[in-house]
Amino acid sequence: MIEISQLSKSFGTNEVLKSIDLTIQDGEFLVLLGPSGCGKSTLLRTLAGLEKIDKGTVKVGTKVINNVDPQDRDMAMVFQSYALYPHMTVAENIGFALSLQKKSSAEVAKRVQEIGKLLQLDQLLERKPKELSGGQRQRVALGRALARQTSIVLFDEPLSNLDANLRSQMRVEIKRIHDKVKSTMIYVTHDQMEATTMGDRIAVFKDGKIEQIGTPNEIYHHPRNLFIASFIGTPEMNFIEGTIVGKVVGSATGTSSVLGLRPEVLKINLGELGPKEKDLGVYQIELSENLGGELLLHGHLVEDELKQNVRVLVDSSENFSKGQKIKLKTELTRAHLFDKQTGARKAI
Amino acid sequence: MIKKTFAWISILLFAIFSVYPLLYIISVSLRGDDAFQSQSLEIFSDTSTFKNYSELFFKTNFLLWLRNSLIIATMTTIISVALASTSAYALSRHMFKGRNLMLFSLLGTQMFPPTMLILPFYIILSRLQLVDHFLGLFIIYSSTALPFCIWQMKAYYDTIPKELEEAAILDGCSSWKTFYKIILPISSPALAITALFSFMSSWSEYVVAAVILQDPLLYTLPLGLRSFQASLATQWGLYAAGALIVSIPVLILFMSIARFLVSGLTLGSVKG
Repeated sequence: MIEISQLSKSFGTNEVLKSIDLTIQDGEFLVLLGPSGCGKSTLLRTLAGLEKIDKGTVKVGTKVINNVDPQDRDMAMVFQSYALYPHMTVAENIGFALSLQKKSSAEVAKRVQEIGKLLQLDQLLERKPKELSGGQRQRVALGRALARQTSIVLFDEPLSNLDANLRSQMRVEIKRIHDKVKSTMIYVTHDQMEATTMGDRIAVFKDGKIEQIGTPNEIYHHPRNLFIASFIGTPEMNFIEGTIVGKVVGSATGTSSVLGLRPEVLKINLGELGPKEKDLGVYQIELSENLGGELLLHGHLVEDELKQNVRVLVDSSENFSKGQKIKLKTELTRAHLFDKQTGARKAI
Repeated sequence: MIKKTFAWISILLFAIFSVYPLLYIISVSLRGDDAFQSQSLEIFSDTSTFKNYSELFFKTNFLLWLRNSLIIATMTTIISVALASTSAYALSRHMFKGRNLMLFSLLGTQMFPPTMLILPFYIILSRLQLVDHFLGLFIIYSSTALPFCIWQMKAYYDTIPKELEEAAILDGCSSWKTFYKIILPISSPALAITALFSFMSSWSEYVVAAVILQDPLLYTLPLGLRSFQASLATQWGLYAAGALIVSIPVLILFMSIARFLVSGLTLGSVKG
């Protein structure tokens, strides 16, 4: 188990990590998610020992590792760039750490073969990194990290330079490997799709702080604040600003609030309302984007004086035209309410 | 078409201007001593002979000078490469007080003509009793070659991504192992240039050697060849033969390290 408590890190006057508290269970796949510059990579580098800790402690098991050298932390890392040794072959890259540990050459060769098989690199072991494609290089970087069989593997945006197809293949591959090797994996990304598809839990970062930790479902369905609600989910959640009228649990009448509705929970109202459904009135379509299987409609609710943009996800087999008016409905249990001032989630 | 023809003619003319002096030295080395005064542009003639070469090897101290020059140039190269590769690495990777001042001071030393340094060097070496001693020349040649070598190596190290070192550290390398197992092998183009520069700067140096070395047994090739010149009768044939042979080790060195002078050694190591 990794326990991070009150961890802070500054570069000059810029405080990059602000009193981070985080516990990671053995064998867990934790994703650190956030926009660029939010401190997630710094946290990973601090865990690896590549950056010094200013304040706070990092414990692995019962041992505080603040002052332990990177090579003695029992952690391997896959870098944002591949960071492969260009003068070594794939086999030498994978076996490098093992030969440093003075393992016999037979042992190193055996492990290299195993990793080669696991990552489908067995035909490429004698090639140099410059002779490989981007995806193959990324697999070698992964192989190098796995060869040491450390209890913790760190990933710093490893798929950010691959094309969409390769990225989704590698996502599955990394997840499959995690299930096989059962190491604790900490994975940094700014791609929420990667985070939700791979992580057992996700820690969402903003400005050096963790905004929310939870399973992908918890983060998606119960975002703690406006930032998380807007950061997670594609297409982005709709935010409709307004004032509370009538009785709403946890909000006084007249409070400025933001109603959050994901595009997929807005349905076309053909006249029948389910038990939990609520009519939202008339919606005017301004444009539609064809996403393949679905259409993403952009428009506004006719009753909304501010004409705030509302996106609706509908089946692409239906035809809609610009200016067309339709009626919308939604399940209120799937709506989110946030305080306009603080952005915090409120009961609904 | 006219443009292309003009380009070809220009290239041909430049080639003749570059190659002809070399051919002429070959020609002189194959003639008698008076041949230098010949008005003929002919390179090889019926009277061409290898007499100057045999005389150079068997009747002069040429082989001794060659040995001395090889010792001095090799030692200078080893010292310069060893010191430049390590100090440039520190200057490239570590931030410390006075780092920039140090870098610019190194550059500053290159702004003085080397002859200006002869007097202070001579005084230092005589106090250390290193005048007329190879060690004295090693010190002078290495220290004058180092500033360029350090800048050259530092510029190369600066292009190596830091992630490579971080990956090596996480793989279990100490700082020293990271340097010699990862950084040095991928710096071979810069090391080759540094070695070539150090070797050539000491191999053909005359002025400093003439001041520091007085014992004829310690003469280097440039000093030895100079002894063929006299106020009344310079042995131009011997001189030309010697000059040609002097260039051979540099050519061999250049050809043997040419394979390291390839760009893109870090290709494929990081995303780009």
